[in-house]
Amino acid sequence: MSASDTRVTDGLRPPGLDESAALAPREAPLDPLKEELLEVNIGPSHPAMHGTFRLKCWLDGETIVWAVPEIGYLHRCFEKMAETHPYVQVIPYTDRLNYLSPFMNNVGYCMAVEKLLGIEIPRRAALIRVILSELSRIMDHMVCIGTNLVDLGALTNFWYLFRGREEIYTITERISGARMMVSYARPGGLMRDSYPEFEDDVRRALTSLPRYVDDVNALITRNRIFIDRTRGVTPITAEEAIDWGWTGPCLRAAGVPYDIRKAAPYHGYDELDFQIPVGRTGDVYDRYLVRMEEMRQSLSIVAQALERLEPGPVLVDDPRVALPPKNEVYNSIEGMVNHFKLIFEGLKPPAGEVYSYTEAANGELGFYIVSDGTGRPYRVHCRAPCFAIYQNIGKLLQGRMIADIVAIVGSLNVVAGELER
Amino acid sequence: MTPAAPGAGGGPLDDRLDLALRLSERFGGAVRGAEEFRGDLAVTVARDRLHDVLAMLRCEPDLDFAFLMDVTAVDHLAWGRIPRFDVVYHLYSLTHHRRLRVKCPLEEGDAWVPTATDVWQGADWFEREAWDMYGIVFEGHPNLRRILCHEDFEGHPLRKDFPADKRFFLPRPANLREQAPAWVRERAGGPAAGLISD
Repeated sequence: MSASDTRVTDGLRPPGLDESAALAPREAPLDPLKEELLEVNIGPSHPAMHGTFRLKCWLDGETIVWAVPEIGYLHRCFEKMAETHPYVQVIPYTDRLNYLSPFMNNVGYCMAVEKLLGIEIPRRAALIRVILSELSRIMDHMVCIGTNLVDLGALTNFWYLFRGREEIYTITERISGARMMVSYARPGGLMRDSYPEFEDDVRRALTSLPRYVDDVNALITRNRIFIDRTRGVTPITAEEAIDWGWTGPCLRAAGVPYDIRKAAPYHGYDELDFQIPVGRTGDVYDRYLVRMEEMRQSLSIVAQALERLEPGPVLVDDPRVALPPKNEVYNSIEGMVNHFKLIFEGLKPPAGEVYSYTEAANGELGFYIVSDGTGRPYRVHCRAPCFAIYQNIGKLLQGRMIADIVAIVGSLNVVAGELER
Repeated sequence: MTPAAPGAGGGPLDDRLDLALRLSERFGGAVRGAEEFRGDLAVTVARDRLHDVLAMLRCEPDLDFAFLMDVTAVDHLAWGRIPRFDVVYHLYSLTHHRRLRVKCPLEEGDAWVPTATDVWQGADWFEREAWDMYGIVFEGHPNLRRILCHEDFEGHPLRKDFPADKRFFLPRPANLREQAPAWVRERAGGPAAGLISD
């Protein structure tokens, strides 16, 4: 990766910030007058927690002395269920992993199956996957920033960003039939081709979405209250973030330009021109800046992918992988047999194991699939990015004020569906 | 346009074979087998050398696997392979852009490996999950508890002999107080402390 591929978000930071104070380790001061620590449960069901997870905190005054997280309330046995279903029927389960950007989970899983099969998908399918993935990334970042700001008391931004998200939902609804749980990708391509006005709709979104981002940028990026609440809050060094297995915007905010779209390009990301925003201190403010810039970069990726979009097939022409077109099923014996076999037996990848990874909105979304050559996966493991990110929350919170919890948890973008699978 | 291209991110084939060769040279018999499938390089390591191998993979500058991306396990019971379990590590080197899978086979009655939390802190929850789902013990792990299942849950659900439709009724909240250090627990007070069992 060359230097021109990355873009430090420093230019967006207000001048004259003293970063050394933000990076200095914080100690938990104990109030000598207070002997007792106050024990507080936050969650599992709490309006400021994004999803159902629980934190138990021990407070000295307003300072968190110790915090223990508990997760698992939304554990849905994704991996066990995947072992009992044919490969294609696992796709709806992947929608529910990171439910803020479901399509990217579809892509992550389908890419793993495609790697197992050793097939390549048609160019049009790859480009539509790129367009919808980047729109999903924007949607995910919009929810993350919007809800984080609501928690910090800035409600207006939530409306701005959710309006933009609604426009993307209109596109996903028209293309797949579902607003949220799209299940639109298939091993070998896509469920069906896009609708005729798809390109116009995306172009319209490309002209309207920047406004929402710019409005929030104008309201928040140099907002004194926001900066005071977020700058210097849980900074993390690059070494530490790597050691904890952080990926995605949280890692890049710490200054590590690791993005799978650049490091191991898939679906033609190497043809597209975009930059990886990186922060410097890894604090909550940097995570916000990185996400804001990523939304702009994603808009440019969508525009470029749209230019390259040409008519063509969206599913591989391989009866062992993809269902044949309906007119073949009804009018030829061969088509009907292929359809029948694929429905009843499922697609059968060769025995073997693969680990496939994509850059999802939260970081590296990996699928490890072990195949025994039958129609059902022998083992599916989902490497969820926020599982790695959330695991040192106890250490991050130590020494912070209780009011910082919402800022920190919101900025990590922990999505319970993905965290607990 | 190469979606899910075999070898994506794994580097050229020569590089992967070279890595496998160097590993087996350096660790002798401990690195037992290297296999390559769809561009993924996997090596099998015996348990008694596993911790050394992982530590060297992380620390040696020419290997430098700074990321522990994933720790999980596979139960081979359904196809009758012995040893029954594999613990699987997925590593990534940011400096060399290399991926490596390390597998450690384990017998059913002897399913433990040394923890990797002292090599990568990020192994923490992944190992807890592997314990929770497969009952594999990570020796030396600082807090080896269930993570996704409730602490009263019986059995290890991703084992192949655990029925997929088994149900549990587990009404009690988990005890988080146990996970705080003694000096925090002794000083805990406030209106809620002592009233609720957790």
